[in-house]
Amino acid sequence: MTTTPTELKYAASHEWLAADGTVGITDFAQDQLGDVVYVELPEVGRVVEAGETIAVVESVKTASDIYAPASGTIVAVNDALSGTPELVNSAPYEGGWLFKLDVTGEGDLMDAAAYEAAN
Amino acid sequence: MVPFGGWDMPVQYAGVKAEHDAVRNAAGVFDVSHMGEFRVQGPGALAFLQHVTTNDVSKLKPGRAQYNWLPGVSGGLVDDIYIYMVAPDEYLTVVNASNIAKDWAHLQQHAGEFDVTLTDESDRWGLLAVQGPQTESLLQPHTDTDLSAKKKNAFFPAKLFGFDVMLARTGYTGEDGFEVFVDASEAETVWDKLLAIGLTPAGLGARDTLRLEAGFPLYGHEFSDTIHPLSSTYSWVVKDKTHVGHKHIRSTPTQTLVGLKLERVPVREGYPVKVGGAVVGHVTSGTSSPTFGHPIAMALVNAEHAGADVFDVEVRGKDHTATRVALPFYKR
Repeated sequence: MTTTPTELKYAASHEWLAADGTVGITDFAQDQLGDVVYVELPEVGRVVEAGETIAVVESVKTASDIYAPASGTIVAVNDALSGTPELVNSAPYEGGWLFKLDVTGEGDLMDAAAYEAAN
Repeated sequence: MVPFGGWDMPVQYAGVKAEHDAVRNAAGVFDVSHMGEFRVQGPGALAFLQHVTTNDVSKLKPGRAQYNWLPGVSGGLVDDIYIYMVAPDEYLTVVNASNIAKDWAHLQQHAGEFDVTLTDESDRWGLLAVQGPQTESLLQPHTDTDLSAKKKNAFFPAKLFGFDVMLARTGYTGEDGFEVFVDASEAETVWDKLLAIGLTPAGLGARDTLRLEAGFPLYGHEFSDTIHPLSSTYSWVVKDKTHVGHKHIRSTPTQTLVGLKLERVPVREGYPVKVGGAVVGHVTSGTSSPTFGHPIAMALVNAEHAGADVFDVEVRGKDHTATRVALPFYKR
């Protein structure tokens, strides 16, 4: 397991949010899911509420809903995941990011220490 | 770990894909001790088994095993089972863990008119399924029995790592392999020894992807108490004989099991299957195939649509094209 980056904020449902609005899932989450084979991402321009189902990450085992950790507008999605969804496993905090929000309000988020303590 | 039929079972050890690939390319081992074992003994054992199953048990010889079905009295299947012939008048059957109580009650109910004794030995046996092309070569140094002389569905006593076990050349992965019946008290030791000789531990996740690729039906998915047994591609298990369910089984099924292949989006159990926008069935099992690198599924569709080449599967409100492919998806 890689260490939990301290510059990110975390949702109890295992998404992370960066200061610039980038969203992904945690190393813990990708490890639990196993081999990611497909990622369904939102459309750019969609307006979301924090806590809303916004994407789906599918592993060999199961399909998992991804919840928006903040309210805002989708301004970008990670197109690389359509060809290489396994980036979510190999680089959950970098190349495996899911989408980027223009954040208008954060949901109920934790810092890295609180997230680690919870899992 | 997930609860499964009253047992805590590992879904994965190193990861579903790695475990799946190990079984396809080398060898892995599954702890399937949760499965049920019933011994059937007595002068009426054969007549009893013929009465409660669809396959022809009289074809079995001592030391041989047979895949079989327990038909329900009002249609559907109570379970699928493996029958191992120990000796004349003595058989061991293996049933699904989640059905042990139901199967036991069903068999007891029909045993009365036969000179037969049933014993539930589910707690006595550990069952370890060693599966994959390297199974024979990995196990051979640890047993005196010449494994190469044992054909598919052979069932025989052997010494493995010095322990008295029963070995069966059977499995649920589409690969060669041996299932090891070992006294429950010795199962953990034998498991550790199997890992020590290079077998990859594999969990429920890989067991499901492997059996799905091999087109094996699973209780609660491709067959059940309500699904017509002849809907599946396993109609060969039904022989022309009299048994507790023969009246229902001879009716014509309204659904047919088909194999589907998709481009990218995995489809899961319960997803609607459509032709021309109309729902004609549903997915019974689906995953992303580790062997082929694309999603595969089995689906029950209305019989009149079973010949369609292309279907749509609805995934989260959107239709995705699925091509019909022959079952099984994978054959060694």
